[in-house]
Amino acid sequence: MSTRTASEERAVVIGLEVHVQLETDTKVFCGCSTEPADDEEPNTRTCPTCLGLPGALPVLNEAAVEAAVKIGKALDADIPETTTFHRKNYYYPDLPKNFQLTQYDAPICADGELEVSVDGERRTIGITRAHLEEDPGSIQHAGGSIESATHTLVNYNRAGTPLMEVVTEPDFRSPAETRAFLAKLEEVLEYLGVFDATRDGSLRVDANVSLVDADEVTEDGSVPEAVLADANRAEVKNISSHKGAEKALAYEITRQRNVLRRGREIEQETRHWDEGRGVTVSMRSKEAEKDYRYFREADLPALEVSDWKDRIPIPELPDARRERFRTEYGLDDEAASKLTSTKEVADFFEDVAGEYDPELAATWVADNLLGELNYREMEITDVTDRLDEFTRLVELVDAGELTVKNAEEVVLREMLDEGEDPESVIEREGLGKAESDEVETAVEAAIEENPDAVADYHDGDEGAINFLVGQVMQATGGSADPGQVNGLLRERLDG
Amino acid sequence: MTDTSDPDGESAGPDAGDADGDTKAGSGEPVVDAAEVEHVAELARVRLAEEETETFADQFAEILEYFEALDEVPDLDREEELVNVMRADEVEAGLAQEEALANAAETEDGFFKGPKVS
Repeated sequence: MSTRTASEERAVVIGLEVHVQLETDTKVFCGCSTEPADDEEPNTRTCPTCLGLPGALPVLNEAAVEAAVKIGKALDADIPETTTFHRKNYYYPDLPKNFQLTQYDAPICADGELEVSVDGERRTIGITRAHLEEDPGSIQHAGGSIESATHTLVNYNRAGTPLMEVVTEPDFRSPAETRAFLAKLEEVLEYLGVFDATRDGSLRVDANVSLVDADEVTEDGSVPEAVLADANRAEVKNISSHKGAEKALAYEITRQRNVLRRGREIEQETRHWDEGRGVTVSMRSKEAEKDYRYFREADLPALEVSDWKDRIPIPELPDARRERFRTEYGLDDEAASKLTSTKEVADFFEDVAGEYDPELAATWVADNLLGELNYREMEITDVTDRLDEFTRLVELVDAGELTVKNAEEVVLREMLDEGEDPESVIEREGLGKAESDEVETAVEAAIEENPDAVADYHDGDEGAINFLVGQVMQATGGSADPGQVNGLLRERLDG
Repeated sequence: MTDTSDPDGESAGPDAGDADGDTKAGSGEPVVDAAEVEHVAELARVRLAEEETETFADQFAEILEYFEALDEVPDLDREEELVNVMRADEVEAGLAQEEALANAAETEDGFFKGPKVS
């Protein structure tokens, strides 16, 4: 390797290994439930198979395979004719069998891609492979930190939860791109219904990070393999969110730049992201030898599921749906993006838009509802069973029976805070649009009590009418319709 | 750490030697040498004394020789391999916590308890 000077510009190269838990009812090789145990009681979701007891045999969960095929379709990957399982041998208490059941040289998905958008720029990230495997159990280093612990406590409830490991090409050129990719991947997986982002530990990321001479980056943004092979990289483990990925990688890149600036070499090593301290720490473990002695799992017959690709449908994916929202409902980019942010929001919007003016529905769902939900740290899923109430609210506004202001600022908020239906909020707060008698009386009164404004209006001062409208609105407690009031006033004054 | 890991890091040398040994299995050269035994012991987190390493190297070689008997097995028609053996995604009753922990040497608050690891 040539000696580099500190002034040389360096380009960032990042590849990701993303582990996602698949949403199935049971574990991948046994019938144990994947539901979190009551009171998080340890070791209550196990059986001889996931405890690795002698003689127990794994049997593959069909739902996990279906989920994997769906992911393959969504990532535009190949599902090979034959796919097999291997044992990955390593000795650590989170694995009761001393090996992990995973896939090695014949993964269920290969050669896919996922398009992401970062600061308006489209980037296509290559997916090298995606394979099925079992989650290990969880261990606690008890009596201190990972370094100072006195003993280890092991819980195998998680052991055997189906995981998909998605491995990308080293196609990322910045931490921001990895964050956008992870958000997009989660979005796609949630659309597929195979993943629950709200579940603790459902996403775990390892990242390979290295710096190369900026000159080596080719025009299409790729880096020649020989250059990559030459660059020492750090593998950063223990990242558990998009935000965490961006922070961990920004830290690691700065660290590597500083090492090079001091004229030292980057060590090829595994580092641990310490979220609390915001730093990566060298793991210095012998595990670096990485001799997993993979061999074929004889207890699991091969899979031949390439034809499942035609058999298993997948829903419309976010990008396609966004595009359709633009063309079918005439929404702008921002509204289309907001309304497709999750499948639930998009479904909710389409239900409302099916009954009312799509533009009105878009405003109400994208701006009012999502805004108020966000403010309350609530999710669309908290109100999906109240779709009726929400459409009735839009209907009341649409029919002119409730002012937009009262609908937004009072009724919607009370609906969310108190769980009430719109009619009872309107009743309780007396927000039904004022009876016309009341409005007429208020209009008469406003004219009578404000001769100066009336004179100004007759002198051609258009602003005066707004003042009078304001007076009427005040007198009716905001329940009158400003447009109607304006009309009534002009009628009286001009007539 | 660098001192002990360097020989392993440079293991292209010894490993390549082993690979040669493997292909020449039965030709009289040592199939398993001490370095290989130490490597396997380390992966299995087993500490071996030096004389044990030698003993195991000899024993491994003997054990591997037994497998040569397989070369004598004539070709047979065999059953076709199974494919696509799967189960439905239905919850089955598993073990209660006491049952799961029944064979554990040590437990604490429902957890398996073991020595510290890093």
